[in-house]
Amino acid sequence: MTRVARGITLSVSLAVALLAAVLFSSMVGQLPVTPAEIVGSVLRAAGIDNAWAPTDPIVESTIWIVRFPRIVMGLAVGAALAVAGAVMQAIFGNPLAEPGVVGVSSGAALGAASAIVFGGSLGLTAALGSWGIAVFAFAGGLLATLVVYFVSRANGRTEVVTLLLTGIAINAFAGAGLAFMLFMGDTATREQITFWQLGSLNGSLWREVAIVAPITVLGTVAAVVLGRRYDLLALGERNARHLGVNVEALRIGSIVLVALLTGVAVAFCGIIAFVGLVVPHVIRMAIGPSHRPLLVASAVGGAALLTFADLVARTIVPGADLPIGMLTSLIGGPFFFYLLYRQRKRSGGWA
Amino acid sequence: MSARIAAVGVSVVIDGQTILADIDLEIRAGEVLALVGPNGAGKSTLLSVLSGDLRPTRGSVTVDGRDIRDIRHLELARLRSVLTQENQVSFPFTVTEVVEMGRSPWQRTSSRDDDERAIAEAIQATDVSHLAARRYTSLSGGEKARVSLARVLAQGTPTVFLDEPTAALDLRHQEEVMTTAAGLARSGRAVVVVVHDLSLAAAYADRVALVASGRLETAGTPTEVFTAERVGRIYGLPVEVVTQNERPVILPVRAAPSA
Repeated sequence: MTRVARGITLSVSLAVALLAAVLFSSMVGQLPVTPAEIVGSVLRAAGIDNAWAPTDPIVESTIWIVRFPRIVMGLAVGAALAVAGAVMQAIFGNPLAEPGVVGVSSGAALGAASAIVFGGSLGLTAALGSWGIAVFAFAGGLLATLVVYFVSRANGRTEVVTLLLTGIAINAFAGAGLAFMLFMGDTATREQITFWQLGSLNGSLWREVAIVAPITVLGTVAAVVLGRRYDLLALGERNARHLGVNVEALRIGSIVLVALLTGVAVAFCGIIAFVGLVVPHVIRMAIGPSHRPLLVASAVGGAALLTFADLVARTIVPGADLPIGMLTSLIGGPFFFYLLYRQRKRSGGWA
Repeated sequence: MSARIAAVGVSVVIDGQTILADIDLEIRAGEVLALVGPNGAGKSTLLSVLSGDLRPTRGSVTVDGRDIRDIRHLELARLRSVLTQENQVSFPFTVTEVVEMGRSPWQRTSSRDDDERAIAEAIQATDVSHLAARRYTSLSGGEKARVSLARVLAQGTPTVFLDEPTAALDLRHQEEVMTTAAGLARSGRAVVVVVHDLSLAAAYADRVALVASGRLETAGTPTEVFTAERVGRIYGLPVEVVTQNERPVILPVRAAPSA
């Protein structure tokens, strides 16, 4: 199959997977809902009266207050993390760069936790509301990305060893910071911080979705617009510059973009690692590394993957809601080993 | 012949060390200029200054009379192309995709219509058509060098810089690359090429600039520059200069193998 044919096949399968994930996710749970009731309820919300719409107000509120915000949050966060991963890999020129692995997510979590612990006393919670957490998460993520970038880049190239070691250092530091916050905070704060460390879509609210979704959409559009430049960046910084790319500006813009996408995702759902690693990698294998199609497909693929993962997280153990971050790491960890092994075999060493 | 790019009084000092001192050099349309000199003489630094990668500590570089610092990235990419020595690609793009990237400075311009022709010509000139569907990352060193050259040719700029384009190539491809460079000059472009093989430079260059210890030793036709005395002095090795088709061929004077 040519890359174009594979691209079409992939788009169709991703769209089907996405729709299936959304539909199943809205049906399954403690209160089973039929597909007809869901379609009917959505149509009624759109102003079309129909016979399928559920009459039971409990079903109606389960769909609209519990399930839909959680599903939309999953879609947005999945897309944000996958796009952030693909952008990171483009600017580091390395398929192992990922917000969770190199510490951007834990930096953002530390930012968010400090907003919770210190926000009240500084009057931030009152001034910014839900946005306060997002802004702090963004700041933490940005700081972590900048550190990783400037430490692990040398002469226009990233060394894998340095990249991963920097990630270890940042994860250790942010982990200690979170532990300190746990120590400082009251019981409610502690619960929230533990929730971040594991990652979960549980309890997503429409007002949180209203922050995450628009930023994800804007960030994805921005990344796709920059897509051609990321292709040129694969030739190395000097060659990209010779082809007219303002490499410095692209670099700074992309770092902000990664921090923004990771920051909003982490602010409300905690650390969900490896989505940004697995999704772009699988898509690159299917349709090649060209960044415009890669970024679009990664956004859709990330959304579908996280929706499925969340469905598994809340149904696999009856009556329990597993942390989704644990689940993605369980699958992502071995996948990371495999990538590491392959890269080592190919380049004959760790550089 | 008109000067496309001109360096006036260029010096480069890095960490207190003088890499280039007071160099004046013109790059002219329609000719191949070879930059030669011993290792560490400053050839690559000079190329970086002339192509706008590196700002000289003193002196200036002008492109068509304009200071190179006043030209934005994208416009500069339409004026000059550069083949660097380092040509790794981070992701498995195909050869065709890599060559097409050479056209990116011309997006949303009227020259966009030339894309297909420029790419086809570049692939033809570098003898890489049989590699078109391959992944760049799977190629050998010499193949990568030729594909990168194809990308640079596809960029279709009036000035072309080639930093050691023959380094990884076999004998036939070395000659082909230099023939391509000479062909570009015949079609009116300015070509600057860094080469180590003096005979190769002498055979294809219209003008040679000999750089030694950060200074421009001399610039002129190959016959003027490559005298046995000068080459022997600069390289610290006795050489013999013979003539083939009116071009000098430089041979080291080697001792007879002891029996």
